[in-house]
Amino acid sequence: MIALDSSSILRLDANWVDYLLIATYFVFVLGIGLMARRSVSTSLDFFLSGRSLPAWVTGLAFISANLGAVEVMGMSANGAEIGMPTFHYYWIGAIPAMLFLAVVMMPFYYGSKVRSVPEFMLRRFGPTAHLVNSISFAIAQVLIAGVNLYLLATIVNSLLGWPIWVSTVAAALIVLSYITLGGLSAAIYNEVLQFFVIVAALLPLTVIALHKVGGWGGLKDKMATAHTTSQLSSWPGNSLTGFTSSFWSVIGIVFGLGFVLSFGYWTTNFVEVQRAMASKDMNSARRAPIIGAFPKMFIPFIIIVPGMLAAVLVPELAKYKAAGGKGGPIDYNDSILLLMRDVLPNGLLGVAIAGLLAAFMAGMAANVSAFNTVFSYDIWQTYIKKDKPDGYYTALGRWATLGATVIAIGTSLLAGQFSNMMNYLQTLFGFFNAPLFATFILGMFWKRMTPTAGWTGLVSGTLSAVVVAILSNDALGSLSTGVVNLSGQGASFVAAGAAFVVDILVSVVVTTVTLPKPESELRGLVYSLTPKEDHHDDHGGSWWQSPPKLAGVALVMVIILNILFR
Amino acid sequence: MATAKTQRHAAGLFDIRNIIGALLFLYGVVLFIAGIVGSSSVQKAKAGGVNANLWVGIALLLVGGFFLVWAYVRPVVVPDDLDQTDEKQPAGNP
Repeated sequence: MIALDSSSILRLDANWVDYLLIATYFVFVLGIGLMARRSVSTSLDFFLSGRSLPAWVTGLAFISANLGAVEVMGMSANGAEIGMPTFHYYWIGAIPAMLFLAVVMMPFYYGSKVRSVPEFMLRRFGPTAHLVNSISFAIAQVLIAGVNLYLLATIVNSLLGWPIWVSTVAAALIVLSYITLGGLSAAIYNEVLQFFVIVAALLPLTVIALHKVGGWGGLKDKMATAHTTSQLSSWPGNSLTGFTSSFWSVIGIVFGLGFVLSFGYWTTNFVEVQRAMASKDMNSARRAPIIGAFPKMFIPFIIIVPGMLAAVLVPELAKYKAAGGKGGPIDYNDSILLLMRDVLPNGLLGVAIAGLLAAFMAGMAANVSAFNTVFSYDIWQTYIKKDKPDGYYTALGRWATLGATVIAIGTSLLAGQFSNMMNYLQTLFGFFNAPLFATFILGMFWKRMTPTAGWTGLVSGTLSAVVVAILSNDALGSLSTGVVNLSGQGASFVAAGAAFVVDILVSVVVTTVTLPKPESELRGLVYSLTPKEDHHDDHGGSWWQSPPKLAGVALVMVIILNILFR
Repeated sequence: MATAKTQRHAAGLFDIRNIIGALLFLYGVVLFIAGIVGSSSVQKAKAGGVNANLWVGIALLLVGGFFLVWAYVRPVVVPDDLDQTDEKQPAGNP
């Protein structure tokens, strides 16, 4: 994507109207940072928005934090390459887990008043599990922030021709300034604004491209001509899993993607959970992921469908796809940029560029704001300087933001040198999530589970995922040996599944031979030891205010979508 | 926002709905004008013969306007002591 000759193909002829729209957006972004500064008076304001936001704001931020560079470029690329099976990443791989988080797990997170997901770990399992969790999370966040930053810089470079280092530093400075000023409030408000800008950019792109191709029927005809009609059905999705057997492909998608990987990601990843924790009360905190689920189930139509459209509308991409994804100078990652180039007039082009930049910065900002909380509360306050006044930690959070940004710039330079290594690192960090989910869910419902079982389960689960990845064909690049014939997403599913099972087994075995925590310390952390009123959810009684009922509606809708686009 | 020093007041300018509304409305204005004055046949052909800027501009004016009206009709009231809203969940731990 960053090959020299591709930059001229992707160069968009943005004119002054486009630049005006982009500049307007940045004025708003910085303005939010400045205004949010007024509302930061305690560390809780800085790190958790003072737990004061309404559910629709935290709900949109919840999905926006995830709607970064990796998702927009990656999912439209998948759409262009394999078509509809990509929908599973949303309908199977996100919605059920978001609903589960809302209905089952959020009461523990919000009700126990912890300020981060690792802090829950500390209270439930003690310092060892906590250290494993918070350090791996903090490192993963700065590295992923660097990857987001790098993607942003390469895209600005190819779209507008700015040198990579200029766009890296400019984007980092903007993110740095609004987070150091306004903390999580600024990050969340910008994420909500970003959501609307990206919809304003991608929805017209999809509609116009669909009009140009002659509607849904036109897309079908074109795909038939290109002999890719099979990409119009999402099940059994062999192209996604890489499994030859359709039966195992369905099992892999439902359990590997839909259960282990997605539950691990959505229910324990503090980047997401932090947004819901900033809600003003228990009911809003529980409804935030559900409210996010509704737009989330329709986002694939403005990200994946444009990828599919680009593969038939953009001549270079159609040629590339017909050649089996070989021959450059472009690749699938460029799909959405190529479609913008060919379809959008000046004006809308500016909105689209602003939307993409917004998404990329928001992705990085989400990583940085989750990092500074875990670093300040979980690492510094817990293990290094305990009893300082509150203002000390707010100031620390600002310095941590600066530090994270500097490291992210460094990582983004590394990512440019070793792009494959970064992919594998991300795969590796993905392996932390599956055992985390196993440990959390076991710890929340089994009061006997011991602190030792907490950290041994996590470590052995993660190691078994790494072992599977090394045995597979390509999950960790040249480190993989190919002993077991697994590749692509299928290998990730099996690795995560192994991590989950091993975590549960080790936790159960270790629990039987070690000492549990006293029950008095587990109130609010374990289901059977938490009085009902602790999780009391003060809603008005309408179905749309009751988390289980609202989640039921979302679930029925996502099942209908699955049937419609099977 | 826990800024309130007075008893209760509307959140005013720093209501996210005002910010969303203002940005989308501004975008609507720019696109609407671009759609009227700047729509050459080349630009139109790109979008398959539609004046895309004009239509999206109108849509953004409506959506932006909706947010501004919503925030105006139902302002957020910031109570004096927001931190006390926590009392709804008497959690067992400090």
